[in-house]
Amino acid sequence: MSENGKPKFGMYWAASCGGCEIAVLNIGEHILDVDAVFDIALWPVAADFKYEDVRNYPDGYIDICLFNGAIRTSENEEIAHLLRKKSKVLVAFGSCAYEGCIPALSNFTSKEATFKAAYLDNPSTDNPDGVLPQTVTEVPEGELYLPEFYNTVKALSDVVEVDYTIPGCPPEPHQIWAVLQAVVAALTQGAELPPPGSIIGAGNVALCEECERVKSEKIIERFYRPYEITPDPEICLLEQGMICMGPATRSGCGALCPKVGMGCRGCYGPLEGVEDHGARMLTAIASVIDVGKPGESEDEINRKLEEVLDTIPDPAGTFYRFSMARSILKRAKVNGDGHKGGAQ
Amino acid sequence: MTEQFEPLIIGFTCNWCSYRAADLAGTSRKQYPPNIRLIRLMCSGRLSPEFVLKALQGGADGVMITGCHPGECHYLEQNFKALRRFALLKRVLAQMGIEPERVRLVWASAAEGVHLAQEITDMVEAVRALGPLDWAGVASNGSAHAIPAAEIVGEEVSA
Repeated sequence: MSENGKPKFGMYWAASCGGCEIAVLNIGEHILDVDAVFDIALWPVAADFKYEDVRNYPDGYIDICLFNGAIRTSENEEIAHLLRKKSKVLVAFGSCAYEGCIPALSNFTSKEATFKAAYLDNPSTDNPDGVLPQTVTEVPEGELYLPEFYNTVKALSDVVEVDYTIPGCPPEPHQIWAVLQAVVAALTQGAELPPPGSIIGAGNVALCEECERVKSEKIIERFYRPYEITPDPEICLLEQGMICMGPATRSGCGALCPKVGMGCRGCYGPLEGVEDHGARMLTAIASVIDVGKPGESEDEINRKLEEVLDTIPDPAGTFYRFSMARSILKRAKVNGDGHKGGAQ
Repeated sequence: MTEQFEPLIIGFTCNWCSYRAADLAGTSRKQYPPNIRLIRLMCSGRLSPEFVLKALQGGADGVMITGCHPGECHYLEQNFKALRRFALLKRVLAQMGIEPERVRLVWASAAEGVHLAQEITDMVEAVRALGPLDWAGVASNGSAHAIPAAEIVGEEVSA
């Protein structure tokens, strides 16, 4: 490594899809500014560094490290510890690192069931001997090792201390650029960084606040899945019966999904101080269902209510789509036989 | 033979009805098992589903939500909100693998001390039959750290 005095930039992917890397490249020509200001110290998608290079850095060598991806394997966790040690500022970058995101949906099942779906029952997989990944495999040349696959997907902050969090699946490029500018200002002009632990690159109000759709009273008789309805382009999607996570979700993306007729999926995570994104969304949805008026019999109310709820096919997967690893319960209880106690 | 399992139930009561029903059960010397810990809210409509999740995660084996009968809410219709939340929460809990017997909704007016005591007794026995929930054990399942942190960032690699 040349010592040219430039601040060092690191970016890493753990259990993720690569979308966060693309989001960084989507800052457009500003990426040249990033290259001009920073020296890359680790960035598997863009530059050829090895783990050993990182191990050889002095502690705190990397000025800012954007860590995307959830903690799914022992390798993810090992590198999280390593990068914590080698980074001055460690940022949980994107929904996976922040709250588990899509990988953490497998917390609704077990490692065994995930392996079964991925390596045995998948129609495009040809695996007649039923071979599953092993942590140690004997081959004529010696032993081969694979990282351990955890039963429960965790957020980055479950395994190491995180300085800042940038939410989003993926974070929006204009937000990324704003954060990078703030960091550069701090490094070069001594500007102040936000207080440690902050969520940065996002808004502080509910997504509905930045959604331009017209909102009036929400009274919903049934819910529609996206393919069942062509929504009116002007009116609030929730009022039209589409599940929209807007009321429970942090702003910052510019309400991109509602803008094109898709309900907010909740990728910017819960609002400040909310411990359980899914529970808040559950409350919001339950509040707007048009069932239960004085005078109706209890049986009648229950019957209607169940009918309305039948139009939400996967409530837990919908409300916790991005936040399972950071929810209060964190995972489902799965018995040894792969079944759940509460399943019908 | 090990000691009998004593379930821990958290009960959320409404200030205007079920809390008074529990009081009435007491003053009438109607006994109910001490396994339930009652928490008084102003209304069942105040009950956020987070309270239930937090109770289960924090060691409760079951949660009882109580309120005024439909149509009798002190705040007019907030117990309908509680009912709708409960119906949706039940579905979410089923997906989380939590048995339906562990979270119940019971209506009890201020005059129904005997009824509430009976519901509590029934629930304690139903949860006792299910056994402990032990959410700490569920949540830590498979997330034990195989490699101590000190080792994996070790200095063994020569600089």
